[in-house]
Amino acid sequence: MAVDRSRLPALGTEPSFSFPDIRRQTLRNGLRAWTVEHREVPVISAMLLVPVGAAADPADRHGLAAITGDLLDEGCGDLDALALHDALARIGAQLDTEVGSDATLLAVTGLERFAPRAFEILAEMAIRPRLEEREFTRVRDLRLNRLIQLRDMPPALAERAYIRLLYGTHPYGHLPIGSEESLRASTVEDVRGFHAWAYDPRRATVIAAGDAPHARLMSLIEQAFGSWAPSGTTDAVTAVNIGAPPQTPQTRLQLIHRAGAAQSELRIGHVSVPRSSPDYHALVVLNLVLGGQFVSRINMNLREDKGLTYGARTSFDFRRGSGPFGLQASVQSDATAAAVRESLYELRAIRGERPVTRQELELGRAAVTRGYPRNFETADQVGRAAAQLALYDLPDDYFTTFVPKVLSLTEADITSAAANHIHPDRLAAVIVGDRDTIGASLEDVGLGSVSEVIPA
Amino acid sequence: MPALNIAYTRHTLPNGLDILIHEDHNCPIVAVNIWYHVGSKNEKPGRTGFAHLFEHLMFEGSQHYDKGYFQPLQEAGGSLNGSTNADRTNYWEVVPTNALDLALWMESDRMGYLLPALTAAKFQNQLEVVLNERRQNYENRPYGFAGMAILSTMYPPDHPYHWLTIGSADDLRASTLEEVHAFFKTYYRPRNASLALAGDVDTDRALALVEDYFGELESGDPPPPVEFSAPPPLTSEIRLILEDRIELPRVYLAFHSPGLFQPDDAELDLVADVLSGGKTSRLYRSLVYEQRVATEVAASQNSREIGSFFQIVATAAPGRTLSEVERAITGEMSKLLAEGPTQDEMDRCMAQAEAHFVFRLQTVGGFGGKSDQLNAYNVFLNEPGFFDHDLARYKQATPASLRAAANRWLTAGRVVLSIVPRGRREMALTGSQPVTVS
Repeated sequence: MAVDRSRLPALGTEPSFSFPDIRRQTLRNGLRAWTVEHREVPVISAMLLVPVGAAADPADRHGLAAITGDLLDEGCGDLDALALHDALARIGAQLDTEVGSDATLLAVTGLERFAPRAFEILAEMAIRPRLEEREFTRVRDLRLNRLIQLRDMPPALAERAYIRLLYGTHPYGHLPIGSEESLRASTVEDVRGFHAWAYDPRRATVIAAGDAPHARLMSLIEQAFGSWAPSGTTDAVTAVNIGAPPQTPQTRLQLIHRAGAAQSELRIGHVSVPRSSPDYHALVVLNLVLGGQFVSRINMNLREDKGLTYGARTSFDFRRGSGPFGLQASVQSDATAAAVRESLYELRAIRGERPVTRQELELGRAAVTRGYPRNFETADQVGRAAAQLALYDLPDDYFTTFVPKVLSLTEADITSAAANHIHPDRLAAVIVGDRDTIGASLEDVGLGSVSEVIPA
Repeated sequence: MPALNIAYTRHTLPNGLDILIHEDHNCPIVAVNIWYHVGSKNEKPGRTGFAHLFEHLMFEGSQHYDKGYFQPLQEAGGSLNGSTNADRTNYWEVVPTNALDLALWMESDRMGYLLPALTAAKFQNQLEVVLNERRQNYENRPYGFAGMAILSTMYPPDHPYHWLTIGSADDLRASTLEEVHAFFKTYYRPRNASLALAGDVDTDRALALVEDYFGELESGDPPPPVEFSAPPPLTSEIRLILEDRIELPRVYLAFHSPGLFQPDDAELDLVADVLSGGKTSRLYRSLVYEQRVATEVAASQNSREIGSFFQIVATAAPGRTLSEVERAITGEMSKLLAEGPTQDEMDRCMAQAEAHFVFRLQTVGGFGGKSDQLNAYNVFLNEPGFFDHDLARYKQATPASLRAAANRWLTAGRVVLSIVPRGRREMALTGSQPVTVS
């Protein structure tokens, strides 16, 4: 057959897909136990979600949630730190510990035949970590060293300054790793206290996803976590209090000097809305049009049209509280002011001056809806997807309603989401670059005068 | 333990294109993955970085679809990317099954008809993008020049591993549109490519589609072989120093090692695991956990087609010196060279190796999924179903074979690079000579 190259081939009938069934139980100790079957490869993921993260750090102990999470695998129950890692290695299991602003997630992924041992180790880490003084000191020193190294990494410098500029002393105003000062002030007693408060079965969720029937997955959870006793004597756990963040920063353009920098690292944006926003689906599509994928406006402008960067993107960081919205790019130094101007133009224009077109809408909607099944290929991905439901209190039918909700959006919905949720008068920027090359050119980009800061 | 092999069929079109198809009906998606057997080792001195720059141009449109390649594929719900290394260039899409036609149409159009759409403006734009990629990932990144300093010392200037795939900025600027044409005609030929499909497809129907789209492309001449002579062995230690904008000094130890799939390659991969895989590994335990002279340590066998390098990297903890770090590494290495690993360590490494093989079978595409792996085995070994044999290389290893491999490769001849804060040359290991890279 001769190929018709006069046009791209049409897409065939869309394949159907549904998210696997999540079975939910609450154990007697209050723990939510969820199971998801995923029967392709003999792998099972065990995940513990504790909805407490860096936003719960005390004001003078930034980094406490993260170092607590990091210490769980430094010895638990009968196992010291090395014995614990030896045990994981012997079953080929992979441990990931992630501490974000809102949550701590521990995930152990391994071969199905070793699942009981993997669940047992995960439970020991969560319930009976040793939290010993000497391990605490060692891990804290490693984190202090990491902070020293981050001083030379432009993306890390920019990120830290950016959230500080947006949030100030609000719980979202610091990185999970904390600061040198706060880590030095922390003690192992702080960690023990934090663990006792945060790691409570009544607020946690354990998810088992992978190659076994629901009943077996559920019994793996019950056997490992059934005896986890609630901490303390209170009747209920206290929620993490995330208040309203500041709306407009005093300073709108911060510069961190990096002599001779080959590029400038940019962050531009403002505080946005929580994950629970009714406009969530519209914002997901808006972001795809604006800067969420390769063909988005920002990347096409800065990279594919002007060649100023290897890539530029935007993101809404949806959280339980109001997370940040921002544009990020690393641009060649001599074009910094031009890149900022173009970015500000794109952020403004999509609100009405250059509204979302039919084609952009369809592209954005299609990218998320047609691409939806790609997110659920592995046991780990399926487990993490379920964890999102638990963390953000999303309804049980969330996965089945996602695609129809996105498909119901119109161009007007997206442009109005832009008008309501992108605020040009509140935009603030952080630039890590060479003051002598770029400083003067930044004065008239439209963000007021440049305020140079020295990173803490 | 379960069989690791995956079922696949293999066909070769009359024009020389290899086609590998694997059915996986887990998810309604399909991975389309193409490897061209060309990388930065096919470049010539003076034009380094060219293969990677070329890869960028493959996304900018072809004769019958003269626009960016991302838009239609992202609109179909696909993800896509490409990458270049010393030995090969790959391109992949993971798309819903109803977009298989689209992905094959586009891949075949750029394989057959790229040049009519290639303009000087696109070339200039992607040159700027690549120069920015280089600034972002090498020039503006702490320790970013380490690889250049090490490889340019280990390999003589005319050896194809002398330079990094990103190339030199001057070479990139000197390249021309005419050279792009010549490169395409030489290397981007069906006979120099391998196409793997993995996912929710019917093999017969998918094969018929591939034949339709790719069968019409001309085979072309076989590309010229890569010319090189074996690098002179490092008979002694070469000590180098590089200053960078960093706070914690770091030391790199690099050794020549056998090429991908050659004898001792798997053994050295396991040696790397014994040394730095996880917290119970020898170097982590000794340098980071017990002595605390280093804040991080990593060992790796960097396997490549015509010769590999084994590398150990460690960053000094504040207040500790690189000579303390080196002494600690040397101590552990001497013990390993003398005694080999224990059976207990081997058991642990084997459990991890097996799990990692299984983990790799979880995805159909992208970097490292089943389609990518089928192509790797096909391009480098002409044996797409090498999965079981690959794992067998590891299973055959013994404490004695690891010890023997380490003694063959990880001894006197090595490059030792100290990276120190600017203006602090005294922090380098003694006897180090400055090395220039840019």
